[in-house]
Amino acid sequence: MTSEKMTAAAVVAAARSEEKVSGLELIAGLIDDFFELHGDRLGSDDPAIVGGIGRFHGQPVTVITTNRGTTPEEKLATHFGCPSPGGYRKALRLMEQAAHFKRPVLCFVNTPGAYPGQAAEEGGQGAAIAQNLLKVSQLAVPIITVIYGEGGSGGALALSCGDEVWMLEHSTYSILSPEGFASILWKDSKRANEAAELMQLTPAVLEDQGMIEGIIAEPADHQEVIRAVDRVLVARLNELQQLAPAELVAKRAQRYRKY
Amino acid sequence: MKLYEKANTLSDHRVKVDPRADDRVPDGLYRRCPICQAVSSAQQLSVYQACPACGFGLRISAKDRLKWLVDDFAAYDTDLTSSDPLAFPGYSEKLAAAQERTGLNDSVLTGQARIDQTRFHLAIMDPTFIMGSLGTITGEKLTRLIEDATATRQPVVIYTASGGARMQEGIHSLMQMQKVATALAKHHAAGLLSVVVLTDPTTGGVTASFAMEADITLAEPHALVGFAGRRVIEQTTHEQIAHDLQQAENVLRHGFIDQIVPRDQQRATLVKLLEIGGCADDE
Ligand SMILES: [Zn+2]
Repeated sequence: MTSEKMTAAAVVAAARSEEKVSGLELIAGLIDDFFELHGDRLGSDDPAIVGGIGRFHGQPVTVITTNRGTTPEEKLATHFGCPSPGGYRKALRLMEQAAHFKRPVLCFVNTPGAYPGQAAEEGGQGAAIAQNLLKVSQLAVPIITVIYGEGGSGGALALSCGDEVWMLEHSTYSILSPEGFASILWKDSKRANEAAELMQLTPAVLEDQGMIEGIIAEPADHQEVIRAVDRVLVARLNELQQLAPAELVAKRAQRYRKY
Repeated sequence: MKLYEKANTLSDHRVKVDPRADDRVPDGLYRRCPICQAVSSAQQLSVYQACPACGFGLRISAKDRLKWLVDDFAAYDTDLTSSDPLAFPGYSEKLAAAQERTGLNDSVLTGQARIDQTRFHLAIMDPTFIMGSLGTITGEKLTRLIEDATATRQPVVIYTASGGARMQEGIHSLMQMQKVATALAKHHAAGLLSVVVLTDPTTGGVTASFAMEADITLAEPHALVGFAGRRVIEQTTHEQIAHDLQQAENVLRHGFIDQIVPRDQQRATLVKLLEIGGCADDE
């Protein structure tokens, strides 16, 4: 079913589906010679963020994805795809390295949000996200994000604050989960479906509101999804690479200034 | 994941500190400090509205803060008002009621300020305006203030107080985080100083953006400073969290705050920091 005909609640369910393409599949399908780079150099290596370098159609790039894991052990270790402060710091380290070596950055995002836990609080979850937003705004290389599932609040924004944000057809981007929203609004998280309609979190609405650059069709076959993402990334990278570094950074600032 | 739930609900003992109640407490009545339980008279709380025993600053409106903080203040952008971008049911009424009650157009007061001979750009978030939540106009006022500070080569001081994102503005609220961050990054790149003072409560999307992006980060004693809500953390981790996990003192111990400064020392502290800490340009 195409997203136009789906209810917001159905899009939320599809965005959370276990059948979706994973970040690691996207990297495997799009990037040649991928070499993973671990760690934030500040004492941690969060498995909920996987990043590294490789070639995209021959060109060196840095690629970063959120990772929900597939086995029960991996899911626990990644907190079901909710990054810890160290994950955001790893991502920032890799993006700053990319800027240093003038490599474009590709980000793939599917996260319910930044992990809420005692260690995450004491490790500066808020500060880690904040520093990504601050520093990424000044990095003079193209940064393109594809949201391929859930784009959960500040935890997603920390990897979606570059030049362009694209969304797979069955994905969401929102300030909090429909369950959280319903529980605040009506003190009843079971009214999540109703909340989803109100929240305007589907790709079609977000594109209408100018929050994203576009929507990528998402057939069931993962290889077709990867090819569709590939086509968009090739076209958009080509265009962004025409810009001088200062122009790129100025254009990025304008993207957010208009909100 | 209910990331911003707590940010908008806050823990029970803090909700009871209704800042609007301040106006309703005549002289001679007593208030119990939510942190140390000391009972103080209105006179003891003084103009600072701070607990004389532990220094905790009660939640006060931006205009009440101005009274003791600065010698002079000229407000900017008082005419902007939210376009209600999601056409959210009941929001325009809620906004109008908050505007009426606070005399502000949104949850932050911005302008040109002076303490003694020191001039700077100042933003004060108002926790009584829809929980100090980050709306499009909050973000716009902050961005304009910071951009003007960059253009006129002034330092910026931001007092944060926020329940986090403005639910009724959805993704538009989220984008304010990046808009303000970009303005701060340019201000920083221009060699200009920014100081943030974290006040009770600073949470959610505000903590995850401009509250944690300044050159110098101060906090008021015992202020709640955190990202996720206590209830969300407990529901997610199935563990009771320490009562002081998100108190400024604990956040300082973990390296995210430079100093904790009680209200009666903030004027002198800001003057000192703005003189020593940056501001290479002379008046
Ligand atoms: Zn006290």
